[in-house]
Amino acid sequence: MSIFFAVIKHDLAMAFRRWSDLAMPLVFFVIVCTLFPLALGQDKELLQAVGPGAIWVAALLATLLSLNTLFREDFDDGSLEQLALSEHPLSVLLLGKTAAHWLVAEVPLVLLAPLLALGFDIPAAGREALLLTLLIGTPTLSLLGSVGAALTAGLRRASGLLAVLILPLSVPVLIFGARSADLAARGQSIEGPLLLLGGITVLALTLTPFATAAAVRVTLD
Amino acid sequence: MPSVAYGRQLDAIFVLSMWNWFFKLGSPPHFYRIATRLEPWLMGGALVLLVIGAYGGLAMAPPDYLQGDGFRIIYVHVPSAFLSMFAYSVMAVASAIGLIWRMKLAFCVAAASAPAGAAFTFLALCTGAIWGEPIWGTWWAWDPRLTAELVLLFLFLGYMLLRQAMPETRQADRASGILAVVGVVNLPIIHYSVEWWNSIHQGPSLMKLETPSIDGDMLWPLLVMIVAYQLLFIGILFTSIRTQILLRERNTRWISDLLS
Amino acid sequence: MAEIIHMGGYGSYVWSAFGLTFVVLLATVWLTKRSLQQTRNRLTRRLRSASATEASS
Repeated sequence: MSIFFAVIKHDLAMAFRRWSDLAMPLVFFVIVCTLFPLALGQDKELLQAVGPGAIWVAALLATLLSLNTLFREDFDDGSLEQLALSEHPLSVLLLGKTAAHWLVAEVPLVLLAPLLALGFDIPAAGREALLLTLLIGTPTLSLLGSVGAALTAGLRRASGLLAVLILPLSVPVLIFGARSADLAARGQSIEGPLLLLGGITVLALTLTPFATAAAVRVTLD
Repeated sequence: MPSVAYGRQLDAIFVLSMWNWFFKLGSPPHFYRIATRLEPWLMGGALVLLVIGAYGGLAMAPPDYLQGDGFRIIYVHVPSAFLSMFAYSVMAVASAIGLIWRMKLAFCVAAASAPAGAAFTFLALCTGAIWGEPIWGTWWAWDPRLTAELVLLFLFLGYMLLRQAMPETRQADRASGILAVVGVVNLPIIHYSVEWWNSIHQGPSLMKLETPSIDGDMLWPLLVMIVAYQLLFIGILFTSIRTQILLRERNTRWISDLLS
Repeated sequence: MAEIIHMGGYGSYVWSAFGLTFVVLLATVWLTKRSLQQTRNRLTRRLRSASATEASS
């Protein structure tokens, strides 16, 4: 367990040393969210209707952007190989790296989402639900993304491929997340879908670390 | 006691012969020979059944009382949709077997079923859209089954693109195998989520692409078509597996004997 | 006969669905067979050139 936190700490330290990598997905997320009202016009009802979905899609795309660097540099400088050779289980080490990715790339984005929701004129209940669904749903995006990032770490120009691999798998998270945020904005109860979203996250948490570890071993092969 | 020992011996012989059969089937040269021999029969059988099924569906089945003759698209839509899922399961199961037991032939099967599966998925989508136009009044409705089929197409394409991007066959096999297994775990969740998503904003009641209340004259051509598609899929699979075996075994003795 | 082509007004839909299916299935079979043939030819050529260099050396 301590090795898990050691990996997180190390990765966080690395991330804060290069803050531009940290800021880039976040700025991208904000810009994409700004583009929707610009493209759709100022009709408040329309913006309210598309808001939760638009913010969720933007979060998904921003996640993809940050996933590209998840294993790439570690693969290039050989530290991924060292992780694989260490006596600790590789799945735990990689789960630590994924957790660090979530903390660095997803949490700021989740916290910013309610603010951006103001631009779509989403009522308070909807903003709250948006925060909640993103908080529960984004770990799954990081986890699924870590599988894709591990599969493509050894390939050049893999960002497009990563998107093709990961986006279809993210469909359930997107549906439950965006739709329940939307339902909440319309004043409905969303306990059921939130539980399902949590269930998906637990499932991803238990299964994907093994897939990621297997994928890293294949990439290192 | 001797009878028990005799029985055990028989058991052992049976297990050994089963194992032997399995082992031989798993050996690429043996499978290559079997596939070569069976392939024309599969393709021929598929062709005959396709003609019978299409004739039965187009000419002999009575028109549906709701959808009239429009329902006849069922005879090409449902088998395509069925086979697309079947092909994905074959791909995932074969990938899992390959990953667990490091079996080369299993990876050949997985790699071979992807393009055929993608073709069936594409057909299911297109025929679904063609069916939707007269029945729903629109080419594309976000019907849960069509949507899930669309995601399935993306999964097939991702699998094939990942294979394409990896230069080394061994690595491509294992990487795409992991993707297929992750995808098959995800598939029921995708289905369920799409159904839930559809149920929360039920529009004006659409007429579903349901199997219409079906009677015998309508049913048998459908079953014939499904069997025909199965045979065709296995035929395509065998051809494609032979290509995969050739690529993987190109430096072995039996391949040079085969080709010279 | 005309009835079968007309299909109670659904003719164009039914026949285009069947036609498309036929074309795509045929193309899949053809492409699979062609790729097998191409692989065979390529490997045979490689084998010939390998044995030729062996014989000349």
